[in-house]
Amino acid sequence: MDIELITNILYATIRTGTPLILVALGEMVCEKSGVLNLGQEGMMLMGAVVGFMAAVTTGNLFVAVLIAVLAGILMSLLFGFLSISLVSNQVATGLALTIFGGGLSAFLGANYVGIGLDGVQAMFIPLLSDIPVIGKIFFQQDPLVYLSFIMAGLVYWVFKSTRLGLNIRAVGENPEAANAMGINVHRVRYMCVMFGGAMAGLAGGYLSLAYTPLWSEGMTAGKGWIALSLVVFASWKAERIMLGAYLFGAASIMHLILQGTRFEIAPNLLAMLPYVATIFVLVLLSSNRAKTKLNTPKSLGVPYRPQL
Amino acid sequence: MKLITKLLTTSAMVAAIAGCSDSTTEETTAAAPEMSKDSIKVGFVYVSPTGDAGWTHSHDQARKYLEAQLGDKVETTYVESVPEGADAERVIRNMASNGHNLIFTTSFGYMNPTLKVAARFPDVKFEHASGYKQAENVGSYFARPYQGRYLSGLIAGKMTKTNVIGYVAAFPIPEVVRGINAFTKGVREVNPDAIVKVVWVSTWFDPAKEREAAETLILQNADVLTQHTDSAAVIQTAEAKGKYAIGYHSDMSEYGANAHLTSTIHNWGPLYVEKAKAVLNGTWKKENLWLGIAEGATDLAPINDIVPADVKAMVAEKKAALKAGTMRVFKGPINDQSGVEKVSKDDSMTDGALLGFDWFIEGVSGTLPKS
Repeated sequence: MDIELITNILYATIRTGTPLILVALGEMVCEKSGVLNLGQEGMMLMGAVVGFMAAVTTGNLFVAVLIAVLAGILMSLLFGFLSISLVSNQVATGLALTIFGGGLSAFLGANYVGIGLDGVQAMFIPLLSDIPVIGKIFFQQDPLVYLSFIMAGLVYWVFKSTRLGLNIRAVGENPEAANAMGINVHRVRYMCVMFGGAMAGLAGGYLSLAYTPLWSEGMTAGKGWIALSLVVFASWKAERIMLGAYLFGAASIMHLILQGTRFEIAPNLLAMLPYVATIFVLVLLSSNRAKTKLNTPKSLGVPYRPQL
Repeated sequence: MKLITKLLTTSAMVAAIAGCSDSTTEETTAAAPEMSKDSIKVGFVYVSPTGDAGWTHSHDQARKYLEAQLGDKVETTYVESVPEGADAERVIRNMASNGHNLIFTTSFGYMNPTLKVAARFPDVKFEHASGYKQAENVGSYFARPYQGRYLSGLIAGKMTKTNVIGYVAAFPIPEVVRGINAFTKGVREVNPDAIVKVVWVSTWFDPAKEREAAETLILQNADVLTQHTDSAAVIQTAEAKGKYAIGYHSDMSEYGANAHLTSTIHNWGPLYVEKAKAVLNGTWKKENLWLGIAEGATDLAPINDIVPADVKAMVAEKKAALKAGTMRVFKGPINDQSGVEKVSKDDSMTDGALLGFDWFIEGVSGTLPKS
């Protein structure tokens, strides 16, 4: 393999990993606050379809991305209202959200299937994009990819060294104690759920506006579920989510590249590669049980009822 | 208060779950009219949504064509996104029992459900696409898109500069293998140095994965791409990367004005009109049809003007020969991947051999997974 091929593979890896990073970061923050939202897939699909519709009608991709984010937030608010305010079962509500999002997006997008779109173009970062190899891989991407870098850094920083991060963790660990400390548990959870929705909407928008600029029913193809497991295997750490997502991206590209070589493995076996590789590495990373347990939000999935 | 909260939650959940059933739209009229030969009711069962620019889209276009051609004499209904299996049987039975005279079931997996329902409704005629079993009131039909593949292969062979052509394929079943081989036959006929690289994506429909596969092929020097999957992602990728692409199922030119050279398309309209007329006249009989360019069931979309006039003329000539029946796509000599002659110079492959195609011809690069 020559250097250009490797560069191209890594370039594609970053693009493939991006939607996973976006959703997984959102879900991580959401779970850190103690809310398990299984509605990722539904929120992504809504972001994808509404963003695409906005792009076709307004012709403005910036507006389209914003609307995709907004769609994700609205969907997450529906989930938040049911699971936080009305204290419903989070798992059931999340699943309902996924099914609902899948159906509603198919219904809304019925007339938009088969329409072509130019899509978000790459934006070269001055100077940095001229660096050989590295420049091509990291700095000749589209703006949404850069946004995923920024968001990962932001989430890492918030949980590493801010009071906000501490508050979110407190709410996810022990909401009663957090409440006693004067933190408004419901407000924090709502904010985190909305952040999760915004990121899922953004990831959906990335798919329908940048990655494959088209709308088709069920186009997320299970990425929301992969992101969901990524969060767990990454033991709720932003940097590991990034690693896992890129690993997954690289493995899915390799599964296609290897087919062209003399490497004779059945394609269906190769198709498993991304899943196996990602789980394998992340399990290795989180093999220290005590540490992993420390990272798991203790009240994950438990609705909080304020004591009156 | 607690009770009210609980009630609210439950009703909201029910509403949320009820919303999901929207994806399967059923369009049937309630009353079953008296069976009459002055007008008939024709039903269609689709496996995916009608707007997918792929397989189902082509059948729905034909349904509209049927309505336009026969006007008041037919009333058509359809059910889309019907999963293959138990659901299909329920949908088909429902159609049969509410007054449909002719039902087209348009996916391979509907074969057994169709036969099962047909046995209980001897007065209703059934037509199943792409299957191989028939019954007294069940006929089957399929197109020969491989003929279109061959013609588009001629164009690809002429247009490639790197002599590498990429093929994104779904599953290694005979239908897909036949298409790859026919395409390669066309490519090699005009350009013996070119190879066709095949990448399996193991899915009929996943735009992201199709795009990744297309990008991989471009990385490996391919400058003309084609696909046997259901989305237009490959065409879009080629457009974005400044390469050429050839579509499948329907005219995909709107996804890449510069990239799109042509597409192999299905045209079921004339067949559907003929079958509906046969039921109207009471002359319907079961058939096993395999229709190609000669019958108009397979065709090429308009060829992009980037393609030189002499290439267009050559394609038109070959197409005319296929139409007249003076030429066959899989005429010998045909070698397999290892260069061993499988079909001799004076021979050509029979339909039976084509239906069971399980080896690649010379010029295909890629492995055919054995089951």
